[in-house]
Amino acid sequence: MVQYTHAHFNASFAALSDATRRGVLEQLARGDASITDLAGRFHMTLTGMKKHVGVLEQAGLVTTEKVGRVRTCRIGPCRLEEETAWMDRFRQLWDARFQALDVVIEELKRKEKPDGRKKRK
Amino acid sequence: MDARRENDKRITVERTSDREVVVTRMFNAPARLVFDAWTKAELFRQWWVPKSMGMTLVSCEMDVRVGGRYHLNFGPGMDFYGRYVEVTPPSRLAWTNEEGGDAGPVTTVTFEEKDGRTLLTLHERYPSKEALDAAGTGAAEVMRETFGQLDELLAG
Repeated sequence: MVQYTHAHFNASFAALSDATRRGVLEQLARGDASITDLAGRFHMTLTGMKKHVGVLEQAGLVTTEKVGRVRTCRIGPCRLEEETAWMDRFRQLWDARFQALDVVIEELKRKEKPDGRKKRK
Repeated sequence: MDARRENDKRITVERTSDREVVVTRMFNAPARLVFDAWTKAELFRQWWVPKSMGMTLVSCEMDVRVGGRYHLNFGPGMDFYGRYVEVTPPSRLAWTNEEGGDAGPVTTVTFEEKDGRTLLTLHERYPSKEALDAAGTGAAEVMRETFGQLDELLAG
């Protein structure tokens, strides 16, 4: 399971780098849709939408199934939360550090100004 | 103008490959001041472990020159250490992280000054993607309880 997650990590990020593909995922989160539906909704050609869905499918974010002449798309098995949670945690750590660093730097700037008022507590 | 400046201070975090993560952030000060805050132990210890983290830095030794060592101690058995591999004031700094063994990540920080402000870019390059994923988990454990406290601190 862990290996599976690693293998999909980069594919997921690449898939999510495109605004249309993020829109498609949002749309599919509301309900299944055919390629034709999606192409219409995003004002694209069928070929263009097929490419986007292909990228999402490779990343495991979307699955498709062809029934008769219609290919239906739905949200896939790859759990998006794995990726976003990791990034959130890393961001939180550095955001907290940098906010504290801002305070230190402001203090350095204040001390450097010859006419700066020094805060004493 | 203030709003825009605050906006510019937004952090970006990007996983640029399966072994590397890049963090950028703008600071409203010349590069030499930002560099000082990363290389003088008495300044560094004021921000590296935000008060809200609930951890205390017991000791912080930094011999900031190429080949020089650093050692941070947070209490019994909680040590972080490594050596500086690049020191170019005020624009570039890099060190190894050896507490996890030989094959720890290398951290590189660059400071680019423009119009009196400094764009800071931090790269962490891990020996394997598994190591990077594990680091993300570790950060979560460290930070889990702290953000409520940080909010209080900033609101106060």
